[in-house]
Amino acid sequence: MSGTDSAESATRLSAHFDATIAHDQRIEPRDWMPDGYRATLVRQIAQHAHSEIIGMQPEGEWITKAPSLRRKAILFAKVQDEAGHGLYLYSAAETLGIDRDELTERLLQGRQKYSSIFNYPTLSFADVGVIGWFVDGAAICNQVPLCRSSYGPYARAMVRVCKEESFHQRQGFELLLTMMRGTEAQRAQVQDAVDRWWWPSLMMFGPPDDDSPNSAQSMAWKIKRHSNDELRRRFVDMTVPQAEFLGVTLPDPELRWNEERGTHDFGTPDYAELMRVIKGDGPCNAQRMERRTKAHEDGAWVREAAAAHAAKQQALRETTKEGTAA
Amino acid sequence: MSSSWPLYEVFVRGKRGLNHVHVGSLHAADERMALTNARDLYTRRNEGVSIWVVRSDAITASTPDEKDPFFSPSGDKVYRHPTFYAIPDDVPHI
Ligand SMILES: [Fe+2]
Ligand SMILES: [Fe+2]
Repeated sequence: MSGTDSAESATRLSAHFDATIAHDQRIEPRDWMPDGYRATLVRQIAQHAHSEIIGMQPEGEWITKAPSLRRKAILFAKVQDEAGHGLYLYSAAETLGIDRDELTERLLQGRQKYSSIFNYPTLSFADVGVIGWFVDGAAICNQVPLCRSSYGPYARAMVRVCKEESFHQRQGFELLLTMMRGTEAQRAQVQDAVDRWWWPSLMMFGPPDDDSPNSAQSMAWKIKRHSNDELRRRFVDMTVPQAEFLGVTLPDPELRWNEERGTHDFGTPDYAELMRVIKGDGPCNAQRMERRTKAHEDGAWVREAAAAHAAKQQALRETTKEGTAA
Repeated sequence: MSSSWPLYEVFVRGKRGLNHVHVGSLHAADERMALTNARDLYTRRNEGVSIWVVRSDAITASTPDEKDPFFSPSGDKVYRHPTFYAIPDDVPHI
């Protein structure tokens, strides 16, 4: 009897969830949701958060080496923003009932991933510009549609992130414009950075649609709004005219405008490389994880000391209160 | 493994004349740290003139579903809305 009742109520809850999604309304933290929806969100949001935090490293290396105080201040602000993005996202993930420490643990144990792009090295200062232009540009393509993601806290975090990404992309492009107006050697540096970052940037959108097993379900749940290939194509269309303006060549012999389709044709990224990098075999995976682990361990005493101080202050306040009461 | 620092909800007043609005959460050892962290995290670009932080476990909330009977007292009182009252179009200023 009660078995039928709970089965009935489960059907009702599930129908209500489906209707909310169908009406393009948001799912909020304490709503009933299918286990798969929750697990997908935890995985995606955590992976996104980890990417922001690991993403501080390749550019962070250049803060002290940036050529002027202006560039140092800009880069410092940008890297600080990426930390903020990570925290907005961990905050959104926690509304799904998972603890932030648990997510950090999963990252450090290699049980959760971060974006493949941050496993490539930043060899020259031009890389800082190209990262802003390509990597933050690709992030914008990915994230703008996520502002309408069906899970409220995720969508709201994305609104906040997107507002800040525009500065990231523009500072990168401006940096490159400045270098392109400089010496021959500086222009060569920019072209070299473009050659190295172009394909890894296209890989940021993930595997091709016919090899992206979770995509269809994520789109049905409206967690994702567009397929990987669609977003990749948008990024190419957006970037080609910018490359022309800058005077650099994108390293793809197949890249050309397709009048008929109203979009660019372009070559296929090396998805075998993408898989290798995701599995841990990129140029900087070990270094990034080592650095992240060390930062976490080095911070342990600070976390403990702050907690001890807070407990002591709390105890002090309570004794004073008791004293006053007596 | 649970966090040793409690979770705080953060509310920001965007500018004078507006309510504080919930913007997200963060972990901090105590209220003071929660406030300064909230400033650094949620108001890096003058997004706020005032911040509240409150321990997440201190919040009492209704159940989330708007179909919940909790909200039914307001569901059937159409006479609380101005549109309930038919007034001829030519009455001025109403
Ligand atoms: Fe970011
Ligand atoms: Fe960014």
